Amino acid sequence: MADLTPITPLGGTTLRSETIGALRIAEGDDWALASVAARAGQAQAVGAGLRELTGLDLPGPGGMASAGDWRALWLSPESWLLAAPLAQEPDIADTVKRPVGDGASVTEQTDAWVRFDITAPDDDRLWPLLERLCNIDPACAGPGTATRTVMEHLAAILLREGAGRAAVLGARSSAASLHHALVAAARSVA
Amino acid sequence: MSRARLPSGGQIDRARRLEFRFDGRAYTGHPGDTLASALLASGVRLMGRSFKYHRPRGVLTAGSEEPNALVTLRSGARAEPNTRATVAELFDGLEATSQNRWPALGFDAMAVNDWLAPFLTAGFYYKTFMWPASFWERVYEPIIRRAAGLGALSGRDDPDDYDKGFLHADLLVIGAGPAGLSAALTAARAGVRVILADEDFRMGGRLSAEAFALGDQSGADWAAGAVAELADMENVRLMPRTTVIGAFDHGVYGAVERVADHLPIPPEGKPRQTLWRISTSRAILAAGATERPIAFADNDRPGIMLAGAMRAYANRWAVAPGKRVALFVNNDDGLRTARDLAAQGVRVTAVIDPRADAPDPGIDGARHLPGAVVTGSAGRLGLDTIIVRSAQGKEFRIDADALAVSGGWNPNVHLTCHQRGRPVWDDALAAFVPGPDLPAGMTVAGAAAGTFSTHGALHAGHAAAAEALAALGHKAPAPDLPQAEDAPVTLHPFWHVAGKGRAWLDFQNDVTVKDVKLAHQENFRSVEHMKRYTTLGMATDQGKTANVPALAIMAELTGKSIAETGTTIFRPPYTPVALGTFAGRARGRAFKPTRLTPTHQWAEAQGAVFTEAGLWLRAQYFPRPGETHWRESVDREALAVRASVGLCDVSTLGKIDIQGADAAEFVNRVYANGFAKLPVGRVRYGLMLREDGFVMDDGTTARLAEDHFVMTTTTANAVPVFRHLEFARQCLWPGLDVQLISTTDAWAQIAVAGPQSRTLLQRVVDADHDLSNEGFPFMACGAVTVCGGQRARLFRISFSGELAYEVAVPARYGQALMERLMAQGADLGVTPYGVEALNVLRIEKGHATANELNGQTTARDLGLGRMVSDKKDSIGAVLSRREGMMREDGLHLVGLRAVNADSRLAAGSHLLERGAGAVAANDLGWVTSACWSPHLEAPIALAFLKGGARRQGETLRAVNLLSGQDTEVAVVSPHFIDPEGERLRG
Amino acid sequence: MIIHHPLLGPRDAQEFTYLGDATLIDRPDAMAEGALEAFDAYLHLRDNPAGTHRELWYHEVGDRSWLVVTRDTRTHEITQVELARDVALSKGRGR
Repeated sequence: MADLTPITPLGGTTLRSETIGALRIAEGDDWALASVAARAGQAQAVGAGLRELTGLDLPGPGGMASAGDWRALWLSPESWLLAAPLAQEPDIADTVKRPVGDGASVTEQTDAWVRFDITAPDDDRLWPLLERLCNIDPACAGPGTATRTVMEHLAAILLREGAGRAAVLGARSSAASLHHALVAAARSVA
Repeated sequence: MSRARLPSGGQIDRARRLEFRFDGRAYTGHPGDTLASALLASGVRLMGRSFKYHRPRGVLTAGSEEPNALVTLRSGARAEPNTRATVAELFDGLEATSQNRWPALGFDAMAVNDWLAPFLTAGFYYKTFMWPASFWERVYEPIIRRAAGLGALSGRDDPDDYDKGFLHADLLVIGAGPAGLSAALTAARAGVRVILADEDFRMGGRLSAEAFALGDQSGADWAAGAVAELADMENVRLMPRTTVIGAFDHGVYGAVERVADHLPIPPEGKPRQTLWRISTSRAILAAGATERPIAFADNDRPGIMLAGAMRAYANRWAVAPGKRVALFVNNDDGLRTARDLAAQGVRVTAVIDPRADAPDPGIDGARHLPGAVVTGSAGRLGLDTIIVRSAQGKEFRIDADALAVSGGWNPNVHLTCHQRGRPVWDDALAAFVPGPDLPAGMTVAGAAAGTFSTHGALHAGHAAAAEALAALGHKAPAPDLPQAEDAPVTLHPFWHVAGKGRAWLDFQNDVTVKDVKLAHQENFRSVEHMKRYTTLGMATDQGKTANVPALAIMAELTGKSIAETGTTIFRPPYTPVALGTFAGRARGRAFKPTRLTPTHQWAEAQGAVFTEAGLWLRAQYFPRPGETHWRESVDREALAVRASVGLCDVSTLGKIDIQGADAAEFVNRVYANGFAKLPVGRVRYGLMLREDGFVMDDGTTARLAEDHFVMTTTTANAVPVFRHLEFARQCLWPGLDVQLISTTDAWAQIAVAGPQSRTLLQRVVDADHDLSNEGFPFMACGAVTVCGGQRARLFRISFSGELAYEVAVPARYGQALMERLMAQGADLGVTPYGVEALNVLRIEKGHATANELNGQTTARDLGLGRMVSDKKDSIGAVLSRREGMMREDGLHLVGLRAVNADSRLAAGSHLLERGAGAVAANDLGWVTSACWSPHLEAPIALAFLKGGARRQGETLRAVNLLSGQDTEVAVVSPHFIDPEGERLRG
Repeated sequence: MIIHHPLLGPRDAQEFTYLGDATLIDRPDAMAEGALEAFDAYLHLRDNPAGTHRELWYHEVGDRSWLVVTRDTRTHEITQVELARDVALSKGRGR
């Protein structure tokens, strides 16, 4: 086993989490991530292979699906991001590549992203935060959606985990800027 | 203190008192007051000085159209100049000061300008300050700026925060008067998502300002009930204190919410204002109307205000405008003011009405003067007398300390113009009404559409909502509206009283009837010319009260109708917006996002100095104790790489994962040089052209498998190159089986460079990987493990020209790997180096970067012309062979070495023959990158030189006229070190 | 501006990057006779209509789709949005 000590996306040795009023914003780094892009004419086969591996059906545009420890979210036409607990899938790209083989291009993405989990008591207290960050219609971003959009000039994916719950995926290198934007917006509405 | 507050009435909370100060004096008001109403209630009429002539001014209006009562609100860093007292909500402790006066508002020495008025007419500065030209900036402008103007900025950082946000609705209702409330109720009851925004802190519009009833309630009570019903509905968002400032494409509206302007300071972490972008399917503009004055001599004296405003002060704020009030109105609506004031016990002395057949409002003790006009006014710092000319032509004086003026009402059509819509003239209303070309999805209702009666507004609001609901696929509920007044518009157009004195049109910019006449006389007759020549309508109020009377006068002068004369149109914002509101949170360090490398915290701990590279912060150099100049650090770092081994975080380079059955074919087409036959496990330098044949980017691309490449881009071009590749994949060759994804952030990549790099890496890379020159030669790549099993990628590539590698691990392990390499290399003298040393090393090696790839460079210029394959189709290949790009005397990349080692050589210098004058005609090229080479112990540079390929050995001059440098340079090969490449292959 | 993405619905223009005329899809054959002239025309000659214009937009901060947007240059009204890949395929572009 390698003996290198990882740091978190915000550069610390422990994950950060803040409670601001009714909102909680928590840094997360425990998802293993791999992108899967179906090769020409292989989307169905890829879907079948991944269903076998994960138990989930790959979602359509803007969607997210989960089953057991696995989740998948739509990235672009015929391309998805798969996630599983990192402890369980330290080499997720290999795991995902196995059932799809040459049917898909699979790329390790675990450390490309920072995740911030946002928790509020309900959607009514979640959206005042989100509406300061992104131009997404709440009516189109209910639980189960994964929306790629821009937040404070940064590319981000807004995942709606459930009522009052969201996760934001952003580029790992700009984790501090994204965190600053989230916390400033939370203080504004707390 | 005089007591102008009426004993009862008004929508103010008399139980609570608010203390405030104006020009240092203490006053009190009540919650519900504006600064203007509280000042008027305290007997203060004089609130400001005019822009040009420093004339004493009081309030003209009771709303956001106010041109006169501009004050500086708050003090210190929070001081905000040019705040309209008429919309500043009173709070406890409010501080305001008057503007544009010296030494005091009551005695202003600059009022001498008023005596100079004959010289300060329209266009005065075009005529007066023409000559000499050099005087403009040094003499005239400073004088004019001191003499004319409004409030001054504090010059300090704004301590407040501003938010931005995004809202979505089915229907946006702009304005919460009778039409807006009726529309919002109708739509909300049907269940669609409604946003109701109003600039006032109290919703209700004119219902708050009028005395008449709606059904069995007062208008204000009906409005309060409607607001309460809307507030209880989940599908409604009420936005008081919110000005919709613009109508933009595709149903997008801008709105400014004054979140904390009614508080002394915003609560911690809260914004002062929020700029909202509202996306809506439909919008109803119910912005009401603005009353217009009638121009007559000296019509700008404090105490003279619009009739509707005076009514609002009396009804909404329980303020008596004066002890003897006269009216000068040309319409029946204006007569309401007389009735309302009389009902409140205010003495009305005269009703002057230019209409010969004007109805008598029947006020006890008031003279009714049909067919008469006001020809002038008198009073020091405020009105005490008006001069009247009767229908019979007799002039006489009437005592009056307040005069209500009304020339009719103009619908607030502003937002209908934001998509180039033109208002049209309505003769019956004598006003411009919204034209047919409205922003898509917008309907106009109520007074904004010229429906001035309350009954009409309520029903128009309902009808507009019903139309919007139908478009949204909903049915409107039946109207449930109260009985309301339904008076017709009875108005005789009357714009100005002819006479000798100056009669003001634009109060804020001090434009008079005379100025319009002068514009006409000097042939600035089109409305656009008149506006710019006189500056009418160009002040912060954008001529809300001034434009239409001025157009009417121009129409008179030209003998045309107003419809023929036309109107200027309006642009956003509807009312002034603080620049901080547009900036939002993007200020200071948050101006743009920052990207940090995986070893950023480590570099900070090493004391690194950072530099910006796009959004990235990169270590520039790592100063050591005792080093006093950056060059010492950089020289040491660069020499360490040449002598031993150095480490540099190069994670910022763009990394694009390219996979698919046709990946090789794809890479082969986007690079000018061949990639189809690159073996697995090898890296190749790639030159990427734009389709026009110029160089777009360069980098190395590794083939990890038959169907898998990893392309690197320059740091700056990572995003544009990815965009370009997606364009090629989706638009040019959609049949190629290839998939792309960025992995820039996923990997921490560290350059390990120098003759000891292999030795160091062998201590970190797990032993089962062969790193010998045979086992892992120059340009090899592959998956390895490091530090006991950590998956990693290793590339044997070199930017410095030394034996070098780049090793990549998942980003979270980058810092640990850097620390491990530092620890393992201690005995080798391992040295971290920053981008400054990286730059020195690459200049010494003759590698191009963004300095050379500036978008105007061809492969041939770089000496890489032969790399562009003509055996295949690649982007840019065809046009790179254009005649103009093949010239023998074209630019070529060369090396330069200063002849004299202690001279200076700077990027940007131009190259000239010895003895040639430093003029453009003699220009031979320019220096793109320059540095001190610690290796060669001389200033060196890369440069583009005309015909440079044939000029090696010549001596030229590098001239920098900005810094006065004129340096003799020898033209040499750009490869200053190891031109044969033996070191990197060793 | 709002662009109705064919897969994702109405999205803010700030998520997109503009390129230009959709005829950029019609890249000439580089190996054919007269390629130089064809490329010159392809890259440099554009119509500049006052009215309907088909143009390329890239959903950069989104799903990375290239779109062909039909926009009226006089009013900014957008009448049609298609995936550029579909447009390219329908024009016979392939490998």
